[in-house]
Amino acid sequence: MARYLMLKHYRGAPAAVNDVPMEEWTGDEITAHLRYMDDFAARLEATGEFVDSQALAAEGTFVRYDGEGRPPVTDGPFAETKDLIAGWMIVDVDSWDRALELAGELSAAPGAGGRPIHEWLELRPLMSAPTTTGE
Amino acid sequence: MDEDLLRQIVPAVLAVLVRRGADFATAEDAVQEALVEALRTWPADPPRDPRGWLVTVAWRRFLDVRRADTARRRREALVDEEPPPGPAVDADDTLQLYFLCAHPSLAPGSAVALTLRAVGGLTTRQIARAYLVPEATMAQRISRAKRTVAGIRFDRPGDVATVLRVLYLVFNEGYSGDVDLAAEAIRLTRRLAAGVDHPEVAGLLALMVLHHARRAARFAPDGSPVPLADQDRGRWDTAAIADGVVLLQAALARDRLGEFQAQAAIAALHADAPSADETDWVQIVGWYDELLRLTGSPVVRLNRAVAVGEADGPRAGLAALAEVADDVPRRVAAQAHLTERAGDRAAAARLYAEAARRAPTLAERTHLTRQAARLHAGTHPPG
Repeated sequence: MARYLMLKHYRGAPAAVNDVPMEEWTGDEITAHLRYMDDFAARLEATGEFVDSQALAAEGTFVRYDGEGRPPVTDGPFAETKDLIAGWMIVDVDSWDRALELAGELSAAPGAGGRPIHEWLELRPLMSAPTTTGE
Repeated sequence: MDEDLLRQIVPAVLAVLVRRGADFATAEDAVQEALVEALRTWPADPPRDPRGWLVTVAWRRFLDVRRADTARRRREALVDEEPPPGPAVDADDTLQLYFLCAHPSLAPGSAVALTLRAVGGLTTRQIARAYLVPEATMAQRISRAKRTVAGIRFDRPGDVATVLRVLYLVFNEGYSGDVDLAAEAIRLTRRLAAGVDHPEVAGLLALMVLHHARRAARFAPDGSPVPLADQDRGRWDTAAIADGVVLLQAALARDRLGEFQAQAAIAALHADAPSADETDWVQIVGWYDELLRLTGSPVVRLNRAVAVGEADGPRAGLAALAEVADDVPRRVAAQAHLTERAGDRAAAARLYAEAARRAPTLAERTHLTRQAARLHAGTHPPG
């Protein structure tokens, strides 16, 4: 079993095929999209492949240490060009191929017009703990 | 109630029900219900034979469920006959569970979870913690596995190799959670070895025991891995090493070599050496040749090249490495090590850095980054 992180981007990923901002969808389209994501997670829980899923707020801030006793410096909201992560799901699967299959499935979530978004998901292996053997 | 005792007898009780013809999922439910009953009544009225008590109660529960299922009554009339009471010897019964839980129809992760639950007697929560997944996920993984094997009847032994693979997976999962999976794998393999007369079972047991014996020395206090050559051999468990060597010798004497015996032989040669310099690398290369013949594995080919580098020098090692495919994990790390030993520090530094980028674990990445930094500092004066 190996863990993979599926990253969903607000910005920074290549444009989706069905690239319509969510605020321009109908209510039903949004509902269908959310239900698809919930069903997907529930199905992975049932197969024993689900580990974690979180959504991130769009607002974020950069923070940096700036010397003793001084407040951290922030550069405010993200500029339009920056990568921005919308959320993630972590799965625990038997193979890389299975991870690819799941990411493909998640990318097919319905969007505007009820058609799949075809959005790009970033798929990254999680580093694992050292195993017992292999010296 | 004595939890250790329960962990020993619950799988045996389950095994008796399965042998009597109960399907796996219903049998497990029945055993759980019997346990609840035990928790309620044993404190006031402890049974003389806890296992016999659990078998009787669980079997009755199982029959209740079956009888309630009227649509299937006729088909099940065959198994509804009450078997003769009395304790059964557990070895054979538990063996059936091993084969059922490692059935080839299960994905490796599911087989591992089911084995820990049914044969190991661990709770779902303990298994979930050990594998760092939510308890709900693990519960589903186990119940799916149970459904998968629900229709399988065991009237003859299954495939020993599949069982060994599952046990080795458990062993390799390491030490997270409140259950030590390495120790658990050894316990389960020991019990399997007591019931199955097969040199590879003994070979796997020897391999696990020998690896486990060196565990205390394998990590620094900060959790970083210590390479074999740098380990404090005074911290190796010499009694366990002796135990592993005896197990291995008995297995090898059967003259039916398999990959676990060959791996154990390599581990034994490492464990036998009083210092890294005194390791019998020539013999280790010989065992890698056997292992390569048995498995054809690219990983074995890589490890063999490293051993050749120790036995015949870094140039010979690099020549052996040339036969290993580029995409084999840790190939670049091995190349970096051999290149450094051959004297080319600048090239080795670049290779270590590349190996660090490709490392599969955080601990390895840190280790390799340190190696690169060490050589970089030596070849590029500061400023």
